[in-house]
Amino acid sequence: MGEKIDPNLWSDDPEPHLIGGRLASGEIVFPMPVGDAAEGVAPYKLKRRGRLWSWTTQGFLPKEPYIGPGAGPGEGPEDFKPFLLGYVELPGEVIVESRLVDCQLADLHLGMELELCIVPFNARYDTFAFRPVSISEAQAA
Amino acid sequence: MSENVYIIGAGIHPFGRTEGRSGREQGVVAVREALKDAGLEWADIECAYGGSAAAGNADIMVNELGLTSLPFTNVANGCATGGSALASAQQAIASGMYDLALAVGFDKHPRGAFNAKPADYGLPDWYGQTGMMLTTQFFALKIQRYMQLHGISRRTLGLVAEKAFRNGSLAPHAWRRSPVDLDTILNAPVLNDPLTKYMFCSPSEGAVALILASEKKMRALGADGVKIRAIAVKTRPPHSFEVFQPGVSIEEGGKPTVLASKAAFARAGIGPEDISVAQLQDTESGAEIMHMAENGFCKDGEQEEWLANGWSEIGGRLPINTDGGCLACGEPIGASGLRQVYENVTQLRQRAGARQVPGRDGKGPRFGYSHVYGAPGLSAVAILERA
Repeated sequence: MGEKIDPNLWSDDPEPHLIGGRLASGEIVFPMPVGDAAEGVAPYKLKRRGRLWSWTTQGFLPKEPYIGPGAGPGEGPEDFKPFLLGYVELPGEVIVESRLVDCQLADLHLGMELELCIVPFNARYDTFAFRPVSISEAQAA
Repeated sequence: MSENVYIIGAGIHPFGRTEGRSGREQGVVAVREALKDAGLEWADIECAYGGSAAAGNADIMVNELGLTSLPFTNVANGCATGGSALASAQQAIASGMYDLALAVGFDKHPRGAFNAKPADYGLPDWYGQTGMMLTTQFFALKIQRYMQLHGISRRTLGLVAEKAFRNGSLAPHAWRRSPVDLDTILNAPVLNDPLTKYMFCSPSEGAVALILASEKKMRALGADGVKIRAIAVKTRPPHSFEVFQPGVSIEEGGKPTVLASKAAFARAGIGPEDISVAQLQDTESGAEIMHMAENGFCKDGEQEEWLANGWSEIGGRLPINTDGGCLACGEPIGASGLRQVYENVTQLRQRAGARQVPGRDGKGPRFGYSHVYGAPGLSAVAILERA
């Protein structure tokens, strides 16, 4: 396990949760605001499961401040690995943007059930992602 | 608004790449062209508004244009820089305080996708570090969902790009001036699914200057003016889905484009059916498709039929992006919104040459509509009328 890319992004539970915020109005936001914007906002553990709301691929090396594969010391576009990302609707809470792992572009469809997981990001950090529930259940079995 | 306001001069520095000329110098070229078009000298201009996103302050242009002591306000409003400069210049004249004002926008960006700093947008560092803070992803995510919900095909995305390059080949100020065929567009590398490299605009360079006048001044000068019927600039309402959002509300919110469009039509006292030429923000092919509906020109899903039948082509029922839009011109942020207005001024004055829209009476379009959208969720709409 690497370091968390942000110490406050997800919980340290055995089954981690992303940390959102609950506004005084009851609305759930992601991520948890910081600084003055956090006033009156309570940290809130988001659901681990949700449904795919939209998706795309990242097919080229992003510029700074990206620090993943391809952006390390001595690395270039040839070291970049294209990845999937999308928005996942956590029912009754909020729609979060996330990497999508353990699936192919052709597998993705609206409403597909997904679950949070923590994945290695680069030599130092881990980040969060969502993967198909069928895969996490198969691994648990 | 108390006074009618007219655009009486329009100048453009060609978009694309101009080595050895700064963004601001391109702005100066555009201002001189606009002055010549209006038959004015720099000393005649009473106030000025302008800016860029990445090429410095506009007010330094007085070094080249002349130290006439005019008030020159720098505008820094992201993708709405040009639209905000135009709105400010319009208000300056509508208030009755001035008779001649300049709105100018210019830019010069490095190659490749824009890179944004999370802190500038009030976002945490991890969002950029993990590669999720890219404008291109937002547009792909928005059109992907839209295609699923409203039955838009990949071929229709390709048809939008094909039209853009065909129109760009007819516009002297465009960057991409060669047609690209549909198969090439559809089979090109995918940058962010479903969008291939030909379906995205690129950051570029360029400048646009517009000279605005009161009705009295326009008549005194005998200028070829185009009337500003309405301008509306709107930022995002609650629960909207915009560029750079790690989290989106589960409640479906409003859209800044819908708000700006409705406000502009209400102010102008006309409707979408009255428009004869439109320039809509086409950061990528899908944006043009979604903005057709958000601006009220069709219902969600009807774009499939529109593109298949060529209704948004020059000569169609509503020509859209007649100079090739952002796809063919690239996007110098500070100048891009004003380019759309420049193109409508050119069309309404019947000076668009090979890309001239005939209009319903054969005298060119009567009403021209332009719409710019950008981060962090704002839209500006301008409706012009042939004088």
